[in-house]
Amino acid sequence: MITRLSAAEIAREIAARKVSAVEVAQACLGRIASLDEGYGCFLKVDADQTLAQARAAQAKIDSGEAGPLAGVPVAVKDNLSTEGLETTCASKILKGYVPPYDATVVSRLKAGGMPILGKTNLDEFAMGTSTENSAFQVTRNPWDPTRSPGGSSGGSAAAVCAEMAPLGLGSDTGGSIRQPAALCGVVGFKPTYGRCSRYGLVAFASSLDQIGPLARTVEDAALLAEVVTGHDPRDSTSLPDSTIRSDGLKKSSLKGVRFALPKELFSDSNEPGVLEQVQAAIETLRREGAAFGEVSMPSIVYGVTTYYIIAPAEASSNLARFDGVRYGPRAEEGAEHVGVVERTRAEGFGHEVKARIMIGTYALSAGYYDAYYLRAQQVRSRMRREMDAVFQGCDAILSPTSPVVAFKIGELSKDPLALKLLDYCTIPANLGGNPGVSLNCGFSGGLPVGLQLVGPAMADERLLQIAYSVEQALPEAHRRPPVP
Amino acid sequence: MPSYLASIGMEVHAELDTRSKMFCRCPVAFGGEPNTRVCPVCLGLPGSLPVPNRAATEMVLRTALALNCTIATNSVFHRKNYFYPDLPKGYQVSQYGETNPIGYAGWIDIPKADGSIKRVRIRRVHLEEDTGKLMHLPAGGSGVDFNRSGVPLMEIVTDFPPDIESAEEAKEYLVQLRSTLLYLGVCDGKMEEGSLRCEPNISVRPEGSAEYGTKTELKNLNSFRSVQLGVRYEIERQIAALGRGERIRQETRGWHEGREESFPMRTKEEENDYRYFPDPDLVPMAFDEAMRERARTSLPELPLAKARRYAEQSGLSAQDCALLTADQAWAEFFEQAVALGAPPKPVCNWMNSDFAKRLNEDGIGWKASKITPAHLVDLVKLIESDAISGKTAKEVFAESFESGEMPSAVVLAKGLVQISDRDQIEAAVREAIEANPASVAKYKSGQTGVAGFFVGQVMRATGGQANPGLVQEAVKAALEKV
Repeated sequence: MITRLSAAEIAREIAARKVSAVEVAQACLGRIASLDEGYGCFLKVDADQTLAQARAAQAKIDSGEAGPLAGVPVAVKDNLSTEGLETTCASKILKGYVPPYDATVVSRLKAGGMPILGKTNLDEFAMGTSTENSAFQVTRNPWDPTRSPGGSSGGSAAAVCAEMAPLGLGSDTGGSIRQPAALCGVVGFKPTYGRCSRYGLVAFASSLDQIGPLARTVEDAALLAEVVTGHDPRDSTSLPDSTIRSDGLKKSSLKGVRFALPKELFSDSNEPGVLEQVQAAIETLRREGAAFGEVSMPSIVYGVTTYYIIAPAEASSNLARFDGVRYGPRAEEGAEHVGVVERTRAEGFGHEVKARIMIGTYALSAGYYDAYYLRAQQVRSRMRREMDAVFQGCDAILSPTSPVVAFKIGELSKDPLALKLLDYCTIPANLGGNPGVSLNCGFSGGLPVGLQLVGPAMADERLLQIAYSVEQALPEAHRRPPVP
Repeated sequence: MPSYLASIGMEVHAELDTRSKMFCRCPVAFGGEPNTRVCPVCLGLPGSLPVPNRAATEMVLRTALALNCTIATNSVFHRKNYFYPDLPKGYQVSQYGETNPIGYAGWIDIPKADGSIKRVRIRRVHLEEDTGKLMHLPAGGSGVDFNRSGVPLMEIVTDFPPDIESAEEAKEYLVQLRSTLLYLGVCDGKMEEGSLRCEPNISVRPEGSAEYGTKTELKNLNSFRSVQLGVRYEIERQIAALGRGERIRQETRGWHEGREESFPMRTKEEENDYRYFPDPDLVPMAFDEAMRERARTSLPELPLAKARRYAEQSGLSAQDCALLTADQAWAEFFEQAVALGAPPKPVCNWMNSDFAKRLNEDGIGWKASKITPAHLVDLVKLIESDAISGKTAKEVFAESFESGEMPSAVVLAKGLVQISDRDQIEAAVREAIEANPASVAKYKSGQTGVAGFFVGQVMRATGGQANPGLVQEAVKAALEKV
């Protein structure tokens, strides 16, 4: 079954003319049609568009001008702008919005001959860790459909996990790629801030957002990263020479690799099952020649608090544009502008989004700015310094990705604080702008446990190299979920 | 009634004369069909991101230097958050803070009516983006035109406490500032099209009072005249209100051009907390010494300095110099003409009278006309050498302005050369005297007014080409001798 193959394998099959890009797209679309009703990964699928892109890709392949992943289709998170394909951010306020332009990453997929399978579910505007905050549907974890796939890129993670798509794109503001990857037992990679253009990513928190791949292997994640990263003149925060190369991926081993273990990330706020699996993985890696050293990064304990000031502050401003004037549904006509905006936003945004807009507005208000936003930025700088110091003595920081395995749908929805604490291990990489990757290291109660590696800024290639070696050493990394 | 002192702060917004908008590549232009110069960025579509226009940044840097500002080494863009239908992102990208704007703590000198100079301190020169424009639709309801959205806008604000103390000074400040911006080539200065907008804030206080009065801000001023009238009206309105024992409300007022009065638009209490914070989508602008030096050396001689130099070098009046230097191209014309060897005063007179009048009538600048500095030099030399009279010169100029012919060519072709040859003139005078003995007799009997008759005779005899001054002299001398 072609859908069971990795992206790298599919690309090889296509290149060898054993299968066409159109057949691959059809196989994926067929699987989405038969399975997705049970998982709710996709908000929008337009088979005609996908097949047209697959045909165009095949034409490129036939003329010999195709990229390395030509013909391999991708599931795209619905906060990435896609020309001619509805983009809602899983929010009612963007229902019916069909963008007139492609995000840079989407253009790069298209240029690389990678058809778009559809738009995947997320927590509204990427605000959440369970994909339950979608205005439209709940996404289910392929390992146990009564459980959450994590979030906010839960749709892409679950689609890749259930083999509806070989690859997915997500966005990661506080862990939104890595945490669902952990809960779904797949690979999720957040590049260094600035290596992947944010142009066309509907902004949640601009200084933290970064787009990245979800895949079933580290190699696939690296291959997709190579396609979508690289400098973009449309994004002022995009870094020069930022394409992530995948050619050196397999040219390393674990011998002499030094991992730092921050004691703050191994506390008993992690589930015992998670800690056990990560510890077991550490032992395996040690046998392969890796070295481990415990470190302390005291400011990590303020990470979630800091994040929940900076991210909502930026979000309160980023989401101000949704006023019903130019796109999206508008509350009844004819009234004063202020009234129309108030009603449009009251009806259009969900509870969590409103809560964060309120928090952010408060944090930026006159008289509170210094106490909250400015202070949070200071903590952020301090955390960066601590991370830089740690990287003087190690190649990567290793920790659990998520303190818990996949939880029951609805289990935590009444406890927003508990949901926010799920980002405890992933937030530091966003605050620091560092690359981070999560891969499966084992199972607890039959559910995947994610292992996170965070590297120094701009050391994305080295981090993926290490992640690849780790993946090869861990026998449980590639177990299939119980899907048909 | 006590006498009052007025204090006027000036906030000026200048649309920068760039080819494209501040954060996208849409072209900058005036008018046109609504929403034809827009893209995802200036429409604030979800996911779009700003990329700063480097030309706009350089223009603000040059302006800040010309206005004697301190230049920030690192200048950050902030978001100014508020909701308005013409504001597509729900925030305006602007610059906040005292020492963060590209330029701060500068000044500009303005000439006063008595010929002295007044220094007006400038608090900040910063870069921001323009908003869209609300319009009422003919079929009812309103729409928004985003063609203007994202056009680079430079804000120039005077310091507090205000240095400007009268409507005349307010107008003069704007005149100087506008001409500086035109010299720098950063703004077209068209107030009527809104590319230069001025919002003065005005307060009055009793003489001797240390405390400044409550200020009102004035909007919709779209000419120098309306700035002067509006500020004067507002000063008088406030003084009258205080005289009646009323309190001045802090508010924004609009200027009604037709009725020449201000009216309340909104009170300050309704204003927002803008929640400024650094825009995370943009990186700080860095201005190193090399960049500042490059900008500094690229500055042209500014209007006031030029006017002072003209006064020193050519002895022209302050008024003449101000007229010559108000526009850079106009000053250039003057300098070229003088460089070609014409005396400054007559060149200046011709420029500011007949030439300026004809250009105004045609609504063009001199470069679009057929008159070059060489034309005017030629004309002035014809007059100076008595080849033509002042009256003829006007005709000649008009002809040159129409055809582009050199004045001396016009004079030759039309036979307008003045007869200044004394022998020729004296011969004509002798003839007239011989032919009119009766009139000579009248003169001798004391009717000296009859000399005019002889002048007329000579002018007629020479077809009007005799130099009238010389004819008068010759007639007088001849009659004395008879």
